Amino acid sequence: MNEVTKIDGIGSSVRRTEDKKFLTGKGKYTDDINRPGQVQAYFLRSDVAHAKIKKIDIKNAQSAPGVVGVFTGDDIAADKVGGPICGWVVPCRDGSATKEPPHPLLAQGKVRFVGDAIAVVLAETAEQAKSGAELIDVDYEELSPVVDFENAGDGAQIHDEVPNNCYFDWELGDEKATADALSGAKKIVKLRVRNNRLVPNAMEPRCALAEFDNLDDSYTLHTTSQNPHLTRLVLAAFMFAIPESKLRVIAPDVGGGFGSKIYVYIEEAVCVWASKKVGRPVKWTADRTQAFLTDCHGRDHVNDVQLGLDENNKIVGLRVDTVCNLGAYLSAFSVVVPTYLHGTLLSGQYDIPAIYTNVKGMATNTVNVDAYRGAGRPEATYLLERTMETAAREVGMDPAEFRRINFIPKDAFPYQTQVALQYDIGDYEPHLDKAMEMIDYFNFEKRRAEAAKRGMYRGIGISSYIEACGLAPSAVVGALGGRVGQWESASVRVNPTGTISVFTGSHSHGQGHATTFAQIVADKLGIPMENVEVVHGDTDKTPFGMGSYGSRSLASGGSAISKAVDKIINKSKKIAAHLLEASEDDIDFKDGKFVVGGTDKEKAFGEIALAAYVPHNYPLETLEPGLEENAFYDPTNFVYPSGTHIAEVEVDPATGVVQVVDWAACDDFGNLVNPMIVEGQVHGGIAQGIGQALLEDAHYDENGQLLTASYMDYCMPRADDLPSFKVGYTTTPSTVNDLGVKGCGEAGAIASPPALINAVIDALSPLGVTDMSMPATPQKVWKAIQDSQSVAAE
Amino acid sequence: MYSTKYVKPNSTTEALEAIKSLGEGKFLAGGMTLIPTLKQRLASPDGLVDISGCKLDSIADEGETLKIGAMTRHVSVAESAVVKKAIPALAKLADGIGDRQVRNRGTIGGSVANNDPSACYPSAVLALKATIHANNRSIAADDFFTGMFETALEDDEIIESISFSKPTKANYVKFPNPASRYAMVGVFVAQFGDEVRVAVTGAGEGGVFRHQEMESVLSSNFSADSVSSVNIDSDGLISDLHASAEYRANLIKEMTKRAVGQIH
Repeated sequence: MNEVTKIDGIGSSVRRTEDKKFLTGKGKYTDDINRPGQVQAYFLRSDVAHAKIKKIDIKNAQSAPGVVGVFTGDDIAADKVGGPICGWVVPCRDGSATKEPPHPLLAQGKVRFVGDAIAVVLAETAEQAKSGAELIDVDYEELSPVVDFENAGDGAQIHDEVPNNCYFDWELGDEKATADALSGAKKIVKLRVRNNRLVPNAMEPRCALAEFDNLDDSYTLHTTSQNPHLTRLVLAAFMFAIPESKLRVIAPDVGGGFGSKIYVYIEEAVCVWASKKVGRPVKWTADRTQAFLTDCHGRDHVNDVQLGLDENNKIVGLRVDTVCNLGAYLSAFSVVVPTYLHGTLLSGQYDIPAIYTNVKGMATNTVNVDAYRGAGRPEATYLLERTMETAAREVGMDPAEFRRINFIPKDAFPYQTQVALQYDIGDYEPHLDKAMEMIDYFNFEKRRAEAAKRGMYRGIGISSYIEACGLAPSAVVGALGGRVGQWESASVRVNPTGTISVFTGSHSHGQGHATTFAQIVADKLGIPMENVEVVHGDTDKTPFGMGSYGSRSLASGGSAISKAVDKIINKSKKIAAHLLEASEDDIDFKDGKFVVGGTDKEKAFGEIALAAYVPHNYPLETLEPGLEENAFYDPTNFVYPSGTHIAEVEVDPATGVVQVVDWAACDDFGNLVNPMIVEGQVHGGIAQGIGQALLEDAHYDENGQLLTASYMDYCMPRADDLPSFKVGYTTTPSTVNDLGVKGCGEAGAIASPPALINAVIDALSPLGVTDMSMPATPQKVWKAIQDSQSVAAE
Repeated sequence: MYSTKYVKPNSTTEALEAIKSLGEGKFLAGGMTLIPTLKQRLASPDGLVDISGCKLDSIADEGETLKIGAMTRHVSVAESAVVKKAIPALAKLADGIGDRQVRNRGTIGGSVANNDPSACYPSAVLALKATIHANNRSIAADDFFTGMFETALEDDEIIESISFSKPTKANYVKFPNPASRYAMVGVFVAQFGDEVRVAVTGAGEGGVFRHQEMESVLSSNFSADSVSSVNIDSDGLISDLHASAEYRANLIKEMTKRAVGQIH
């Protein structure tokens, strides 16, 4: 292997090639792009949560300085533009379908959450548009707001199409078998947990710039999207009923998504519509307040768990009843997140012979809830790992040993769970052992005693998680109610000099694809990484692709690239065989050279590329010139990353402050392409999980006003909230894809919250504290300590 | 923000004339509260009078007192050798306000005049028996803070400087709001010989206040242990999303203990 390959290939911690522009402020985001003659859009939004609109008076706004146009829902309805669609639905227990109410681009007759768009004002400047919007007079008839999702069924009906405010009532697993298992159990552990509601808070707020070209009747939309092709498909085929070829969607540099930029939002569609209406480019940029109010939120579940154990503390059954808040309208993946991305994960890493789950998805007068880093899997992991720790405590077993005796044994793979998934491969004890070693688990009691001398309560908590990612086998997705395919595509173009342009359907908004994907190509072709350029994010340049979410870019997008490169190599061998006057079967490809086996006759990759484009000596009768290949990769199964995270905390009883003092993360992501990028993903994921467990909480008051609508009240994790993470790996390569890779983008956010809350409860267990909800804020922890002391005093 | 006029005079006299001529004008100091308020369209003054050109940026040791000009930025107080020598607790307080960007812009006069109930400086003004020097009169700290976001300043008055009495010992400890990192409770303890003053910010419904019981207990026995015996009444304390009145009462006691325990 030559030196270059060694540095650049799969497994090397190459520095991210895209970072130079980002770190020097040279990234080009949608808001950095301007078009001559563009107007600025401002959306007038409802400041009440639930109301009928009796009248909208736009007259004064229309004549305000700089205002170019003012439009309402009626204007859009007149042009028959549809609203955003739900991309995945599920059947209900009673055989009925998911209730899918319409979601008009601008409110028609009713507003359903604070932030619901009522009108759009277009003006020469953003300030003028905003001033114009202030002159619109909306006459509301206020209705009773529905905020408490657990009791939403008793509230005022939000949509005519959704009786009892229940979008769906879904189940998975064998209810009778589970009931039998639980009734025969020696012990049943019961737990009720709440998964707190989160605001995604991507660093770059959403933005859209739409332009209409009246010469060929086509649109161009620059937007903050994780999946520009999906955005184009939904906008063109479902909302505007125009050919896809008449809409180009470009998602340039995008500053984070975490799921919140998967969906088509109404603002993007209104900008597209308005750009034709006024004949000028239309731009809209959200400010942070609008991001808080209108980006889809995440989580917001309540789960009732029953775990049955036999006399040997082996799990015999699990029942989980979940109610989740989906907000005012169904969003693209809001139905699948709490169902198939949640219920199917309830077996965790454990051999559980009977599982049943019921999930009710409720409508409320809050903004839509959809996928957020982990999307369903953090909720499943949280309830399961909280329950595992509680069960271990109740039966008096060490939580690590309790997990160990219930793990799916190494030789049981492929393992069919009772909740639809089949895990292809895994080995769970090694990452538990390694994480315990990394954090020095067996000396913990010494550290607890030392902390006690300082007046601090020290605790340790484990989370052994599994997730299903790398979405996904299209046939499975379709069978489960998905309305899209879930393959990924790639096009690999070898340029005449042997440099490579990779066109991927994946989208990078922080993941480092330009580096990781280039490493795969460089490794496989034996060429320097700097000869590989990765192109993404423009529907006119890249092949149709599904985009990036669900930790799918490497497992699905990377595999498509790998397959396209294999095709390049196959064709190159044919060219080499011709040039070297040998049989194709005798050509070996290694380290960037095509060699006739057993001889010193060889051609470098660059020579093959040149021959393909300058085919003077070329088998034109049997082979096309040029060297460019496409691949579509549809996986046969999900990939299943797993791991164990262990958190160690100290609680100050005087203030209730929880300090995270140590963290060990041992993950099995299969093969790693760029360990440095993987470590960064793990760090970021844990930081987000710590944010959920200790700090973040989206809070609506009883009137449906979002009280935590700025950083004054919504607490994001900061560097000083985090410890230095210990990160380690075990490896069982995925059997699903050729690269043997799994996904790493969400694992940290999935694994970490239960580890942290388990540690807080462990710290307070000497006081008799057995439960703690997220976020474990200082006030809440202090109160739990006070309450435990008053109980003790009684 | 709405468009507005902007003037930048060279003296407080000119500044006062400018504000008179504007109708509903506002003095602009560091702008750490005013500018965000304007950007969110929560205020629409007829004009802004930027007083950063009025030569109010100064720090002087005047023997018994330390005098700081109204436009002195938090970073200047935090890093000043004069402040660190005269009243190190004041430098420590300034060093903990907001973040680096805020400390580079925010001013002592702006903070005191705004009297945000969660601001740090008002507690120092009250505990350190400060005198607020306005353009036409001087106001004792005890008479200055009249309620949440309210002070004794009239519309035609502007703070020029603040004189702090030098304590024997002093300390400031705050418990930051986890989200905003403003003081959820901040306690400034100052000892002047036999007299002890304890000022609490972040907690009172009426803004910063002195805690008389704590002061009398500490005057007779200046120790963290003596604080433990004080019963902190939660009546009149702020209760919000982040902290109940009871929790704030606990923090007042705890922060006072820490302030006394770590004092020097």
